[in-house]
Amino acid sequence: MTGTAAPSGDVEAAVVAAFHSDWGRVVATLIRVTGDWDLAEESAQDAFARALERWPGDGIPRNPGAWLTTTARNRALDRLRRATTGAAKLEEVAVNARSDASGDSGDGGDAAEDEFADSGVEDDRLRLIFTCCHPALAREAQVALTLRTLAGLTTAEIARAFLVPEPTMAQRLVRAKHKIRNAGIPYRVPPAYLLPERTGAVLAVLYLLFNEGYSATAGAELVRVGLCAEAIRLARTLVALMPDEPEVIGLLALLLLQDARRTARVDPAGDLIPLEEQDRSRWDGDSIAEGLDRLDAALRRAQPGPYQVQAAIAACHATARRANDTDWAEIAALYGELVRMVPSPVVELNRAVAVGMAEGPEAGLRLVDALDDSGALAGYHLLPATRADLLRRLGRATDAAVAYRAALFLAATDAERRYLTRRLAEMAVAG
Amino acid sequence: MRYALLICTDETTDLAMSPAEAETQFAGYMKFGEDMTKRGVLTGGERLRPSTDATTVQVRNGEVVTSDGPFAETKEQIGGFYLVDCKDLDEAIEIAAKIPGARVGSIEVRPVWEM
Repeated sequence: MTGTAAPSGDVEAAVVAAFHSDWGRVVATLIRVTGDWDLAEESAQDAFARALERWPGDGIPRNPGAWLTTTARNRALDRLRRATTGAAKLEEVAVNARSDASGDSGDGGDAAEDEFADSGVEDDRLRLIFTCCHPALAREAQVALTLRTLAGLTTAEIARAFLVPEPTMAQRLVRAKHKIRNAGIPYRVPPAYLLPERTGAVLAVLYLLFNEGYSATAGAELVRVGLCAEAIRLARTLVALMPDEPEVIGLLALLLLQDARRTARVDPAGDLIPLEEQDRSRWDGDSIAEGLDRLDAALRRAQPGPYQVQAAIAACHATARRANDTDWAEIAALYGELVRMVPSPVVELNRAVAVGMAEGPEAGLRLVDALDDSGALAGYHLLPATRADLLRRLGRATDAAVAYRAALFLAATDAERRYLTRRLAEMAVAG
Repeated sequence: MRYALLICTDETTDLAMSPAEAETQFAGYMKFGEDMTKRGVLTGGERLRPSTDATTVQVRNGEVVTSDGPFAETKEQIGGFYLVDCKDLDEAIEIAAKIPGARVGSIEVRPVWEM
């Protein structure tokens, strides 16, 4: 142990830092050792509470993660000892703890700390994330479980982030944990033949988390904005755990490049500012630089995938100093590639926008009209909104106004409606 | 872990099969049964007659109420089931995906409630 008393401010900061970096590890290890998700969470909570009690007097341990894991494991043993039915389980946990070679001394000794780095603990977080994102769980349950167990958000925080009542979220988490136990969902990293499919689910969960945060704009939605940071944190962890997966790196690059624009994309009223009108000096340069580095690292592996392509598109925007410098031909080509990888009418619509910028509104309009005829995006407000923008650029103000009205009718949020209303008013002036 | 693999298929498609198609399907089930027996995971299973031969029984206020047909009138009906004993859900999913009916209908994987 470091052994010297620490000022309480330092201790609190250290516990908060340890919470961010180690909550997921502690829970992941405890689930493996005890096989009990609730016990794992409760014991992890106990360990963090104990850190707040002990660290001011004992000093902050050299390896807080190891201290917390050992303490949580001991708390789990205590809880099982107190429970009358815990005898068999206790034996199992004790055996697992011994074979781990890091569960010896009281509240976490030096021996435990030294073992921590290479005791397979890293794998536990990977086991945990793959189990949380198992395809036998509903997507909303995957998301909630990932946030609770890996990121350490409370049920109340997750409920607020997803705009559902807390009891609903609590029940969702309980059901998911029951299904894991009752249906026999294994706690493991899937074998190689399942990995591509299962990794896709993990990436989808992280991207969904990010988008939930990204689509939140106003002050009242600050909890949701925090989801962006959580998604990036988890993506970083995943990259560290799966350093050879280009799509994992591609996702992190995509998140960083998009997140760089987050504060510049809303005005003080909380309205969305379109990309071409954003103040690019407010984009986060560090985040862009890291995103570009990560993207390069992913592309060097020459195994392209949809997240890398989306990151490459985001990079085209991020590297354009002015909106007019944007390489729209490249973006249109990248969307073409994305459509081939993941055929989807929404991606087609984005391609039409890029083509409209690269080759002129006429060319974009042809693609949008073809999509309109297919009916695949019926009811999606961005279809008439895109059509309206192309018509406006062609100077067809009356047709544009009709399309803006159609979009306005379908738009879901106030911010979108305000933007469309503004455009519609411009058409009235022009027409 | 023990699981019931419920084979849910559209009975009208089953009935519309040509004798050759039915033969191929039957052979597929035979092979599945042999493979899984060899693997040591199969503990039971039966093919069921179609829902037109089903009778639904309820007891209400002490009275037995009997009606013709399945309990739910859905397009896909349970046409058979297997009982398997395997390691975990991932293995059960892998086995379920090998059932010929998975290619035309759906397999519901239900863990057995151990007493």
